Amino acid sequence: MEALSVPAALELVAGGGAGLSPERRAALGTSLPLLQRDYRFERVWFWGCIQGVRGAYYIAEGLGPDRAAPRSRLYSLNCVDWSLLTPATKEMLALAEQVKGRFQGDPSFEYHLAEINAEAAASVIESGKEPVMKEEARLIATIEQIDRAVGIVPRGAFVKTPLGSVHENRHFEGLSLVEAKKLSSYFHFTDPVNLKNKTLLEKANLDPSTDFLDSLEHDIPRGSWSIQLEKGGTVVVLRSLLWLGLTFYHVPMTKQFGYVYFGTGEKNLDLPFML
Amino acid sequence: MDRPPELDPSQEPEGADLQDAYERGHGPYQPHEPGYGLDQPGYNPYEDEIPDPQARMLAVKNAKAYLLKTSTKSGLNLYDHFANILTKILDEQPTNTVDIIENISKDVKWAQFRKKMDTLRDEPLIPPTFEAAEKCKALFVKQGGEEEHEGVEEEMGRPALPNVMEVAFYFEQAGIGLNKDESYYIFLALKNLIDVQPIQTCRFWGKILGLEMNYIIAEVQLREGEEEEETGEEGEGTTAEEEKETGEDGEEDEEKEAGPPKSTYKPPPPIPKEPNGTGTNKYVYFVCNEPGKPWVKLPPVTPTQIVCARKIKKFFTGWLDAPIVSFPPFPGNEANYLRAQIARISAGTHVSPTGFYQFADEEEEEEEGADTYEENPDFEPPPVAEMVESLATWAHHVKGILKQGRCVWINPVQKSEENEEDDEEEEEEEGEEQQEERGPPLLTLISEDEGMKDIPAWTTQASTNLIPEYSVAILQSNRWPGAYAFASGGKFENIYFGWGHKYSPESYTPELPPPAEAEFPGGPEITETVDPTVEEEMAFKIAQEEALAEAEEEEEEEEEGEDD
Repeated sequence: MEALSVPAALELVAGGGAGLSPERRAALGTSLPLLQRDYRFERVWFWGCIQGVRGAYYIAEGLGPDRAAPRSRLYSLNCVDWSLLTPATKEMLALAEQVKGRFQGDPSFEYHLAEINAEAAASVIESGKEPVMKEEARLIATIEQIDRAVGIVPRGAFVKTPLGSVHENRHFEGLSLVEAKKLSSYFHFTDPVNLKNKTLLEKANLDPSTDFLDSLEHDIPRGSWSIQLEKGGTVVVLRSLLWLGLTFYHVPMTKQFGYVYFGTGEKNLDLPFML
Repeated sequence: MDRPPELDPSQEPEGADLQDAYERGHGPYQPHEPGYGLDQPGYNPYEDEIPDPQARMLAVKNAKAYLLKTSTKSGLNLYDHFANILTKILDEQPTNTVDIIENISKDVKWAQFRKKMDTLRDEPLIPPTFEAAEKCKALFVKQGGEEEHEGVEEEMGRPALPNVMEVAFYFEQAGIGLNKDESYYIFLALKNLIDVQPIQTCRFWGKILGLEMNYIIAEVQLREGEEEEETGEEGEGTTAEEEKETGEDGEEDEEKEAGPPKSTYKPPPPIPKEPNGTGTNKYVYFVCNEPGKPWVKLPPVTPTQIVCARKIKKFFTGWLDAPIVSFPPFPGNEANYLRAQIARISAGTHVSPTGFYQFADEEEEEEEGADTYEENPDFEPPPVAEMVESLATWAHHVKGILKQGRCVWINPVQKSEENEEDDEEEEEEEGEEQQEERGPPLLTLISEDEGMKDIPAWTTQASTNLIPEYSVAILQSNRWPGAYAFASGGKFENIYFGWGHKYSPESYTPELPPPAEAEFPGGPEITETVDPTVEEEMAFKIAQEEALAEAEEEEEEEEEGEDD
């Protein structure tokens, strides 16, 4: 969610029971603008909070002029002091899939891969590093996975210019109530995967300036999103069932939308059994 | 006319404007046309007037007919268009008309296409927003009968309605809870519930999220004597049926051998549910999807439902009558599953500061069945720092659920003996005595809760480190993510916001189907053997005859021996 709209957005997302305490909210109000100044971001998003066993990580993302470029991520333990996270690498992502269980809450905690998965440990040892994974790396990988899998925006909110860069659409006035209830009106805000697999007939109907991302319709497994109209239809809330805790809100016919993650940072692998 | 006459596609009747015909420059000239110039003395190509009145009338008529022609593209005609423009101009009398004449013409054309009054009009869409707002508004209307309310409050020492906003405030210090509007709606909805139902104590238990709708849950204790007695009758009905079935089985086995063999399998007797007011059914739960919608009472929970709920993991859809499709098949629909999960969550995560509750009598403390507790009047709340530091300052005040699915263990074999006296001999199966299960006693400290792998069962934190004198101690459960408790001064409360599932470090594995049933035990009577061949039969017959002959000889010898 946009840093400026955090107070209003938290009210809309509170249906799931998770939120921020007044202290953290106030701290965010002061530290996010400072982040924007120091790192020269054009936009700062409050991404959410990952609950560890002993502490919580608060995550913020900074965007540059091209909104679709890889975002810089920062984390904090108290919403006041922020540290920049390095971008995620493929090895980090692969190793993070092996590590299961809750986050500990301490960024320097080390997961011993030998206990978890002997093969992964062996492969890491071969590459000349120690078979441990730091919690910070796991954090980076988890945030990247969540963003890729379930970070969503409404259709039409972003436009792609002919030069390839992506901007907010100033003429976006919000989805109508009918559109807001459909999964096809929401896109994953990452590099599209399914777009090129569409038939020519489907592609002919797309508008290249707004339909350049994957929609949620073809997410596997089907039914991994819960759409609800809260407050009698004034807010549309989408909750992901794959990453429990990710909540997306949008007020139809207005420009307000955003997503936030309040959860434990674990993928819900039991989803097919639970539906 | 704007269009040059050369491009005019319509056919010009012969008597049309002579000027146009001349400008078009076609030949050969007709006698009446000016180019001919013979029978029109003094005719000038630039002269507008047509001297012959008949021809002029015809020319005017033709001109008008031309103007009235409908355009093939838009269905308008120039005559009407001009009439409208002039009407509009004369009505509105704008300044500098000649400069804006093209715009006026365009506007008039636009106006043509706007439907004036369609006989079919769209019904104004009533978005569901307004309906929901209506329902919420109903919450704010104060119910009649204010005098009754005052009377009720005087009778009872404590008000039944909890202070939801105060609890919400404390939880908000930890970042937990719904937004204030929703909390207030829930507050009002609880007030309505208390007005409608005979309730002694009431508490906002929490919110469980579902796929299509969510559940708001209130934990309630009904006033004594008001509970329904239907459930008692149901229980008796089922046991009577069981008796009849076993009696019939015994008789049929003996009499009918022609029919297919009846199964002698008797399913284990169902474990009876705990009576209302004790154990897992201590509280009654009411749910609604949204504040403003009517409250629905959840049925009491049975041990089989709890046992099955432990084995499955399903999302709630939000509809209480939705079926639960699972293996092992859940005995009930979503309302029962919801009730079972609520019972499990309450038993696992409802805590209070140690010492807040004490046992009524000291003797009961030693009994296993201690179910009642009361508030300790001498309770002194420990400081918040201590509540955060040590888990020994918190204790469970709800009995844990045993493996059987009840809080108090019951021996199912014993109960069935009382009912079925005929089959005592069959029931005494020595090898299947079930061991009495013992759970932790009632007010155990939560420091004794086991963690999972290396994750402790509970996480404590203070709501703020910057202002320790006003911070609140917050407890989060790791076994049931979404269960929270706070304590500050003498106040404490439990709440649940989540999806209603237990946390397990390993992935969920569904129960495997039971092994295939064993076949009828084999024996020599039914084992197939190869039929004897003819030679074998003959040999057998000869052997038998020889044996007979030998036996006769022996008898004869014995008889002869005896005669002697």
